[in-house]
This record gives sequence, C-alpha cells and structure tokens, in this order.
Amino acid sequence: MLRDITIGQYYSADSVLHRLDPRTKLVGTLIYLVSLFLFATPLVYVPATLFLMIVIFSSKVPFGYMVKGLKPVLFLLLFTVLMNMIFVKGEVIATIWKIEITKEGLKQSLLMGARLILLILGSNVMTLTTTPTRLTNAMESVMRPLKLIRVPVHEIAMMMSIALRFIPILLDETDKIMKAQMARGADFESGNLVKKAKSLIPVLVPLFISAFRRANDLAMAMEARCYHGGEGRTQMKPLRYTGRDYAAYMILLLYLAGVIVTGKYSTEVLDWIGVR
Amino acid sequence: MGIIHINKVTYEYIRRDEENNVEGITTAVDGVSLAVEPGEFIAILGHNGSGKSTLAKHINAILYPSEGSVVVDGMDTKDEDALLKIRQTAGMVFQNPDNQIIGQIVEEDVGFGPENMGVPTKEIWERVEESLKAVGMYEYRSYSPNKLSGGQKQRVSIASVIAMHPKCIILDEPTAMLDPMGRREVIRAVRALNDVEKITMILITHYMEEVIYADRVFVMDKGKVAMSGTPKEIFSRVSELRELRLDVPQVTELAYELKRAGVPLPDGILTREELTEALKKIRMMGQ
Repeated sequence: MLRDITIGQYYSADSVLHRLDPRTKLVGTLIYLVSLFLFATPLVYVPATLFLMIVIFSSKVPFGYMVKGLKPVLFLLLFTVLMNMIFVKGEVIATIWKIEITKEGLKQSLLMGARLILLILGSNVMTLTTTPTRLTNAMESVMRPLKLIRVPVHEIAMMMSIALRFIPILLDETDKIMKAQMARGADFESGNLVKKAKSLIPVLVPLFISAFRRANDLAMAMEARCYHGGEGRTQMKPLRYTGRDYAAYMILLLYLAGVIVTGKYSTEVLDWIGVR
Repeated sequence: MGIIHINKVTYEYIRRDEENNVEGITTAVDGVSLAVEPGEFIAILGHNGSGKSTLAKHINAILYPSEGSVVVDGMDTKDEDALLKIRQTAGMVFQNPDNQIIGQIVEEDVGFGPENMGVPTKEIWERVEESLKAVGMYEYRSYSPNKLSGGQKQRVSIASVIAMHPKCIILDEPTAMLDPMGRREVIRAVRALNDVEKITMILITHYMEEVIYADRVFVMDKGKVAMSGTPKEIFSRVSELRELRLDVPQVTELAYELKRAGVPLPDGILTREELTEALKKIRMMGQ
C-alpha cells in the first residue's frame, strides 16, 4: 500500500522540455515565478498565461495531469481567494448577511487566485519534466557560487540524492513494521486523530533505529568506495549546455521583456486596445 | 611478494556505558597473522562473533588494528596519505545489498567509485560498461536498484567495486541475506572474476558450500585463526569443525558418516561428483 506513493512526480515523455538541461529549467522556473510578482496590474497575466500554455503544450505532459498538481493546494487557493474577497475594503457591490463584497476585493481575489495557479503550474512543469537526480545535479551546479560563503553545496546535493534513494526503502520498511505489528494485534485504523497518531509511535521507533543502522552501513560503504567529499571528484554525467538551452534562455529573455513592457506601460497598452 | 600481509593484528572494542566510562573490552581479533598472494581465492569461515568481519574491515582501512599491522600492496593501512589508494586497491562488498547502493539507477552506482577517484568522464563510462558486463548486469544498467532481486543487487555491488579496478576484493558475507538462487549467482560471479580477471578474492562467509572453490580456507574462532588449509584438508576434520559450531557441506558429512560406518572412503570429499566416483571405485573393487 505504501509502495504506490511516488516521490518526485516525474512524467516520462520525450519532449524538448524533457531534453533541456536541468539548470535551464531551474533558472527558467525561477525567472517565471519572479515575473509573476513584478507588477500588480492584471495585464501581465496575459503574457504569463500564454507563455505557460506554450510551455505546457511543448512538454507533452497531458494537461489533465498538470492540473492534478493543483489538488493538494486547493484548500490554500480557496482560502486566499475567500480572504481577499471578504476583507478588502472599497466600493460595495453586494452584501451577504454581514459580509460586504467589494469591487476591489473581487478584483484582488481573482488576481491572487490566478497568480497562485500560475505559480504552481509553473513549478510543476519543472518537476514533471525533470528526474530528481537531474534536479539535484542542477541545484548543485546552480548553487556552486555559494561555496564562496562556505555553504556545503556538494554535501547538500549528495544528501538530497541519498534521501531520494532511500525513500522507497524506508516506505517498504514502514509497511513491514506495520504489518508485523498488525499481526500482533496493533490497531492503526480506528479511533480519532490523536489516537491514530499515538498508535504510530511504536512504528516510528523501530523505523528510526533501522534508519540509523542503514545510515551507518551506507556511510561505511561510501567510505570504502573512496568517497571523501566533493573535492577532486569527477562527474559521470556532467551537465552541458547545448544550442537548445541557449535558445530556451533567449525565449525566456523575450518573455521577461514582454512582461516588463506590458507591466510598465499597462495604462498605455490598455488605452491602445481601447479598454478602460 | 604477497598482496595482503596481516601481522599479529589485535583489535579491541571498548564498550562504554552512558557516562562514557569503560565498561569492558572485547577482543574481536586476537593476534591474527595471515598473508595472501595475488590471484588467490581465500575464504574466511567462522560462526557469528568469531571476528571474521572485524578482520575484513581492517584490510579496507575502515578499522585500524589496536596492535600489529595490516599491509595492503606495500601500503600500511595506518598511513593516512595512502588511505584512498588502499581503499581502491582492496575494494569491499558488504552484507546488506540495500545499504551499499548509493546511486538511484544501476549505472550511477557503479560510476560512484570512479567519480570519487577523479576518473575522467569518458573513462567512467567505459569502466561502468566493462564492470557491469563482467557480472552480467549490463542489461539492467538503467534500472532502479529497488527493482532488482537481492542477488542482482549484490552483483551490482560487486560491479561497483570492480569499476575502481581493485587488485583485491573483500566480500563480507555477501550472500547472508540472499536466497539460494541469489547465493549461487553471486558466488558464480566471484569465481569468474577470480578465474578470468585474476582478482584476489577474500570471501567471508558461514556457508560451507561457498568455501569449496577457495584455494585456502581460514577458520576463525574467538578472534583467532583456529584452522587453516585447503578446503580438502579443512573438511576432512569434521569433528573439529563441529566443535567450532560449524557445519560441513552435506556431501562431506554424508561421506564422513559412511566412513564411520565402515565404508572405506577417502577424507575430505567436497562435491557430489567426487563422492559418486569414490563410491563407484569401491563397488568395482568389491566385484
């Protein structure tokens, strides 16, 4: 049962986006996220949405699959929208019981909702098209300048990739421990939330012990294979930018320019289209 | 010139209580000396707690002797500058297959050792290919280790060590957690590497069946070498082995019991073929 959980939601397909260097995707996602917060005018969501649509389309990940990623944050999304709708003061357009809904509030909540949706979809594109290994590689490479201020970049990346490697093993182990305890009459199903949480303690204790034992073994195995930190280490799969990546960076710059132009000259643009 | 020299090695575990006071000292290895020649297949036998794993960890410089010295290919394991070279010369395969695979896919794991040694990218790929082929796991190179059987995982672990081009491989109970099929797979790979690539093998085990192919066998008990010799010599001393709480292979035991019952069989029969041959001979003589 626990085995079915997949960590890192990689969707295997063969698309331009899948083949991009993970660093390009990481930097691109960051730029995209920042672009959403640059201007407060609703007009910037036009290029942002268009850009995302094109990216999603070229990733060959089914749109429905993409939207599924919104589910876990649905509550947060609704909460933000509601809060904005209720608490922003301004010109009242409707009153339900004691709650006044204002024009500004409605506008604000729609904007926030759109921003959140684009934010989540945007970062989902990256995790769906990049394997966890490549993502950790990219992070190590992008964060390399931080080494100057003594951030152990290589070690952090190594820890992340080992954690990813051991998640399925530890899930399997949890499953085994739970079954062993169920066989001896433990009850994980009934009772309220507090009781259920308490019944997990006897599972966690052996799980932690075994995790430490594994960590000890693994450290020994790594040392036995000459691991001595990031120094003097070569890479089996070094990251290399190709023409595709330079093209992607160009497109990103164009997009960013588009957002800045629409943001800066939003009134003029609106005048020009004739809306206002 | 031997590849591994173990000179009167003693290793003591110091047990401490919660306040860090010394509770007692356990001598895991007690004055062991042995030398291994290049290309040899050595087996070290012993029941749990006999000190065989502790001794093995000395060869890879994971543990250092409390007394005595371990010299691997001319390098003393206490010499810190030679540490990486020693670990590369004497690779180690551990018991639990899950706890020694670092990569998220098979080829990444095999590449881990060469990466640490600073081998250039192109050569890493060549080494990965040749080592996976040597253990017959090349078709699985892009699999996740979680999808492999125990025997396959151990073969990947062996490939990971071979990729570092060691002169010697120490296998610390590599088959203890495997089913009989997996055990056979692993032992076959070990024997092939010893035969073809002439890599010195030190196999630590408590399965008797795995020992019969070794050139020399050392039996450990209470931290000391209790018996040593060829498998034939060792297994002809059935009663001594029993005293050390070790079993002999089934065929050897059968031959031993038959001999005790009066059948004139030679000592130290190791394989089924040998036993049938010997029995045939006896019948011929009888007729």
